[in-house]
Amino acid sequence: MVTISVLVLLGLGLLTAAILAAASRVFHVSEDPRVAAVLEALPGANCGGCGFAGCEGYAKAVVTDPSLPPNRCCAGGAATAAKVSELTGKAAAASEAMHSFRRCNKRQGNVGLRYTYQGIPSCAAVAALADGAEMCSYSCLGYGDCVSSCPFDALSIRDGLAVVDEAACTGCGKCAEVCPRHVLELVPSRARVAVTCATLDKLKAVTEVCGVGCIKCLRCVKACPAKAVQLENGRIQIDHEKCLAHGDSCGQACVASCARKALCSLRPVLLEPLAKAEEKTA
Amino acid sequence: MDVFELFISAIFVNNIVLAQYLGNCPYLGCSRDKGTAIGMGFAVVFVIIMATLCTWYMQHSVLVPFGLGYLQTIVFILVIAGLVQFVEMFLKKMVPPLYAALGIFLPLITTNCAVMGVAILVQREEYDLVTSLLYALAASFGFMLALVLMAGIRERLETCRVPRAMAGTPIALIMAGLMSLAFMAFKGMTS
Repeated sequence: MVTISVLVLLGLGLLTAAILAAASRVFHVSEDPRVAAVLEALPGANCGGCGFAGCEGYAKAVVTDPSLPPNRCCAGGAATAAKVSELTGKAAAASEAMHSFRRCNKRQGNVGLRYTYQGIPSCAAVAALADGAEMCSYSCLGYGDCVSSCPFDALSIRDGLAVVDEAACTGCGKCAEVCPRHVLELVPSRARVAVTCATLDKLKAVTEVCGVGCIKCLRCVKACPAKAVQLENGRIQIDHEKCLAHGDSCGQACVASCARKALCSLRPVLLEPLAKAEEKTA
Repeated sequence: MDVFELFISAIFVNNIVLAQYLGNCPYLGCSRDKGTAIGMGFAVVFVIIMATLCTWYMQHSVLVPFGLGYLQTIVFILVIAGLVQFVEMFLKKMVPPLYAALGIFLPLITTNCAVMGVAILVQREEYDLVTSLLYALAASFGFMLALVLMAGIRERLETCRVPRAMAGTPIALIMAGLMSLAFMAFKGMTS
């Protein structure tokens, strides 16, 4: 009985193995070995910062599409870009390191509340309820949709404001996507100046709700010698490429010209110390 | 037994997940969103029917004639594992989108007790081949029904406040228990 059992199972096992071996030949799918190598070199965070659904999508695309640059991975930064360019034989161009930056200083501006919100603790939910609980319809809501979206634990909520940990932030842009108020945006890590207000309102509508809101007086636009500061879609936007190309010779004229403290100089005062200074004033 | 009664019995009264407690792993693992649940459901339908077909022939052309009925469990395991591997290779070559969607789940179905359970149940009930396949179809649709219902509930749950200690799998297990209780109401409708 034992012998028969062993023999039957052995025979059956061999038969199955033979069928599978044949199938692996018949249904063989040839894959580019470089895809696996590139995938290995990528951080594997699947953050989507490159514009693909995950690391595997980017690895496949960067190997097969010759026009796709090897430096799209913002989480891996320069080291990963170098490895990927080596594996795919593409010229490595240094990628500009980016960071997420919060365009809101509602604590300094003393933005009041219109009502007390007690619903689902989510920015999207509070933004949907009569334009949010704050007097300002463009402020940081502070319920942390960005915190939960961040694959790198680089965001936290302090005193109702999203705070970016610059050391951990890789600039993947997930938070900027989920923020219902478009308060978070990506700026180059080398950026010299940044706008700390996201409002689309003007003049009195701003001064009534916030002490440091941008009123669109356009003094910064006139002050910039490099024409890097412009009013775009109702908000002041800084063209960081032009700004960095012009260099420090202007002495950050835009920041000096702002009467509302809605522009701040980012360098050498980087994001994290800025957040600490806010805590002191709050 | 008439076909309609067989279907009602396999889908509702003796639901493979909620009344017989088989296949709990994919039931909890693949019920995060409805798209995945439906994909997994069809994968299970496909694998269960194929597995029942293979194991039925195995039982009646090898095990019974040679008096090897005592080897049923281990032989079925071997056949199902080989079959799922084969299906995986087949999908990778022929239907890449489905493979990309089910890539992780297919090896999971290999060792899924719902597949094994259906294969053994039809032998215990001594169904003929057609009835076996109909039962397999109904039982796997019952699995898909439970999976999709669970996915629907879990999608709703995303917007609810769940106590921190209960979030994730614990609340899913509680809901699975409640659904099982609800399906108890069908008991006694058919044998």
